[in-house]
Amino acid sequence: MQIIKDQQIIDDNWQSLADDDELATGDISVSLNRWQQEKPKLLAHDGRLGIRINPADTVTDFADDLDKIALVELDFPDFADGRLFTHAWLLRSRYGYQGEIRATGNYMPDQVFYLSRVGVNAFKPAKTGHLPVELGYLNDFTVNYQASAVN
Amino acid sequence: MYQYNEIDQTLVNERVAQFRRQTEKYLQGELADEQFRALRLRNGLYIQTHAPMLRVAIPYGLLSSAQVRKLAHIARTYDKNYCHFTTRQNVQYNWPKLEQVPDILAELATVQMHAIQTSGNCMRNTTSDHFAGIAVDELEDPRPYCEIIRQWTTLHPEFDYLPRKFKIAVSGALHDRAATQFHDIGVHLVKNDAGETGFKILVGGGLGRTPIIGQVIRPYLEKKHLLSYLEAILRIYNLFGRRDNKYKARIKILVKETGMKKFTDMVEAEWQQIKDGMELGDGRIAAIKGHFTLPDYAADAADDLSFGQYLQDNPAFATWYKQNTVSHKIPGYRAVVLSLKAPEVAPGDTTDAQLDAVADLADQFSFGEVRVTHRQNLVFADVKQANLFGLWQQLVTLNLATPNIGTVTDMICCPGLDFCSLANASSIGIAKEINEALDDMDYLHDIGDVKINMSGCMNGCAHQSVGHIGILGVDKKGAEWYQLTLGGSSENEAAIGERLGPAVAKNEVTQAITTILDVYIKQRLEEESFLDMVKRVGIDPFKEQVYANH
Ligand code: SF4
Repeated sequence: MQIIKDQQIIDDNWQSLADDDELATGDISVSLNRWQQEKPKLLAHDGRLGIRINPADTVTDFADDLDKIALVELDFPDFADGRLFTHAWLLRSRYGYQGEIRATGNYMPDQVFYLSRVGVNAFKPAKTGHLPVELGYLNDFTVNYQASAVN
Repeated sequence: MYQYNEIDQTLVNERVAQFRRQTEKYLQGELADEQFRALRLRNGLYIQTHAPMLRVAIPYGLLSSAQVRKLAHIARTYDKNYCHFTTRQNVQYNWPKLEQVPDILAELATVQMHAIQTSGNCMRNTTSDHFAGIAVDELEDPRPYCEIIRQWTTLHPEFDYLPRKFKIAVSGALHDRAATQFHDIGVHLVKNDAGETGFKILVGGGLGRTPIIGQVIRPYLEKKHLLSYLEAILRIYNLFGRRDNKYKARIKILVKETGMKKFTDMVEAEWQQIKDGMELGDGRIAAIKGHFTLPDYAADAADDLSFGQYLQDNPAFATWYKQNTVSHKIPGYRAVVLSLKAPEVAPGDTTDAQLDAVADLADQFSFGEVRVTHRQNLVFADVKQANLFGLWQQLVTLNLATPNIGTVTDMICCPGLDFCSLANASSIGIAKEINEALDDMDYLHDIGDVKINMSGCMNGCAHQSVGHIGILGVDKKGAEWYQLTLGGSSENEAAIGERLGPAVAKNEVTQAITTILDVYIKQRLEEESFLDMVKRVGIDPFKEQVYANH
């Protein structure tokens, strides 16, 4: 499986687990709900941990755990739900999160430029064929009126 | 006016290239309808009943003559030789071809214009007072702040997918000509007790289905905090605004459901966290203000005497002068309103030929600038009184001098059933009918200030709920009916009109309007305006007469 990360197409080994999946070996991401339910067990896991959030989740609910997390996945149910843009901005600018923020699910390729500006640094396209397309769209604009999200 | 620098120009050029790509992908079947819809809306492109409709942004209603010529050229080349000015100071084309829209946008970019964020659930064009910079009652010119807001809202990466559309208006005068109390955010220049100028911020106003008057969220905000405060409001709205029901998604509903106190606390808490990092420096404000310096006014403009003679000798000119020109803060100058409400024309429509002529007249008489008003007229802001007579003669030949500004026939009116796929009823036809019934200018001037606003459906694009008389098209078993309201106002004493009674049939609307005006003429006190009378007597006397024969 390949994704875009930091402006490059790379191989990716993260596994996104559903709430009733067994914990797999290696790097895994779970829903915020599961994170909150099974934190001790997850922290004992051998491998890196990620949290998958959806628009209705609240970033403050896991802000204290950010140093234990290597990945935050923004799982778009609908590209028109702009809350995830604010979640990304908060993670980067307010909480100084340094790990990977990855857009997944039903976002639009045409949104990657805005997403990159609010702090998203990785993209998992719905279709692998979109990888080069999205990589290109990251450069839609060379100028901005607003500051980008920063650490 | 504001001139683009390299960054501004690059941004609109890159936006054109991006939209050209999106359109091509869509036409090749590589972009889903639903995705292209979201993208095209953010470039002003609707798909309407007959054809696409393209809405072009006119930031705070200000145009140069070169831009006006470009609008004329687009009307001629890509449309049916006309365009339509809207109640939010923008301009619309009703017949562009989808595949040509990228070319239209490229043409606009050559004159520093665009259609970015003129529709869709994002931050829209910022509107302002059409007499900004010249109004006698102005505290400070609002346009530099409009431009600062324009830049901040344009392609804002975090707030392009809001729960619903979001509109900001700015006013710098005592008399609110920008309807700031009916915007998602209203910004007012005010002075504090120490005599410093800053902003009063209102939030949660809006028209449409549920008209609500905005509330003050911050009575005084230092200028340097303008953008951080707006950002705090937008962030709270983006996170908490309702997304489950599009009719409850505007910020006014969030404010109402959260409660003003709690909503304010949320915004203030967010603002505290960002305000220090987002200050507007004095240098930046000064640089933007540098784009809005006063034109080169003639010091002796008030010395001209010919003008008084023309007023005496020519009653038609005198009537126009009284009705369609406005006092100016510089002696010897007037602002002139060009009426786009000639009896036989759809309100707000102009032709390419008229626009070309307007551009030439602006160069000749008003420092090459034109403004668009909320009531769908145009303004030459800086005309020397010595030139008024000559200008008037030319405007008469262009059919832009109907002396009806501020009268009943200066109606605002949405495109309605003729052009809009959402409409329940036609509006342009009704406007024409009312115009024909009220063709006696003396009668109109006697009635004075009555604002009729007419929308073809609940979306209320023509702001019928704040019309002194509001007309709203409704659908009754497939037929066109019209709901009337009285007593609305979008100005300082903001009010939402009250329903007169059951909707009236299409062929009864004009009769109802003339009846309402007759009741006013018969029952008004001396010098009492229509709105004041409605406030004094309520709607009953009007209701009795309008429904007398039912
Ligand atoms: S008010 Fe309704 S009919 Fe009129 S333009 Fe708006 S959406 Fe269309």
